[in-house]
Amino acid sequence: MNPIGNLNKIFESRIRLGVMSILMVNDEVNFNDLKQMLEVTDGNLASHLNTLEENGYLKVHKGFIGRKTNTTYAITSAGEKAFKGHLVALEYMIKFTK
Amino acid sequence: MTDQQHLQTLSDIRRMMERSSRFLSLSGLSGISAGISALAGAAIARKWLVDYYYRWNTSGVHNHDDFELLKFRLIVLGFCVMIVALCGGAFFTWRKARRNGLPIWDRTARNVLINVALPLAAGGAFIGGLLFNHLETLVAPTCLVFYGLALINTSKYTLPDVRYLGILETILGIVNLFFLRKGLYFWAIGFGLLHIIYGALMWWKYERKGSLQSIS
Repeated sequence: MNPIGNLNKIFESRIRLGVMSILMVNDEVNFNDLKQMLEVTDGNLASHLNTLEENGYLKVHKGFIGRKTNTTYAITSAGEKAFKGHLVALEYMIKFTK
Repeated sequence: MTDQQHLQTLSDIRRMMERSSRFLSLSGLSGISAGISALAGAAIARKWLVDYYYRWNTSGVHNHDDFELLKFRLIVLGFCVMIVALCGGAFFTWRKARRNGLPIWDRTARNVLINVALPLAAGGAFIGGLLFNHLETLVAPTCLVFYGLALINTSKYTLPDVRYLGILETILGIVNLFFLRKGLYFWAIGFGLLHIIYGALMWWKYERKGSLQSIS
């Protein structure tokens, strides 16, 4: 069996990995909090979030606080499953390819 | 990718999960400074109480106004101690966050404050009710129990060790219920001694290395 066959290509970017890690342990996180925690620029984060959303790993909820937009992100069950699979694959690799 | 990179990836994931869900800047020194303020407050309160009983014993009659004044002064003292302890705690936590380059005010800090404030507000209202009904002897144990429950509640969002401090405070409050007139001593143990011990342990466990590095 190919030891890296189960790694998910979507999670190869460190920012996407970070987003998924944060959303695994938090119900709902807004754009600014994600930006602050990952220390990335708006555009960079937005494009990575788009990729994750297109793959059905994220639920996006656009809302307002007063007049300011407040977009929050949450993980979907597909995203949770995919991310857990990725972690198992990573662990497997480290254990058995030595 | 090599194994080293994969290990790095795993530790990145762990770090992001922890940092986004727990407020990690809570400093052990906060606990120590809160404990010292509590002990100082307890010493002042003890002096006032001793003076009050001295006046009572020498005059031989219960003076209602004197008692009301004592009660008022003790409540004010309690609030003052709380404010000093909060300021000290905020300062050391702010310092630790700055050293580690972490934001002081983010969603994790918000979570801690909300979850500590809810049981404390309930406790505050409860104590208001006790004072209203002249059940002063129950105030000290109630403070300890609600404070302990607040810590247990918020431990999910910050250093997990806070949970044990919360459990001890709650137990101490319940024991205090069986030794009602010794409230001041239980206060001094719970808010003073336990905070100092807890703070020293936390500093030793999480911060010692960091501060030694910044000195050298």
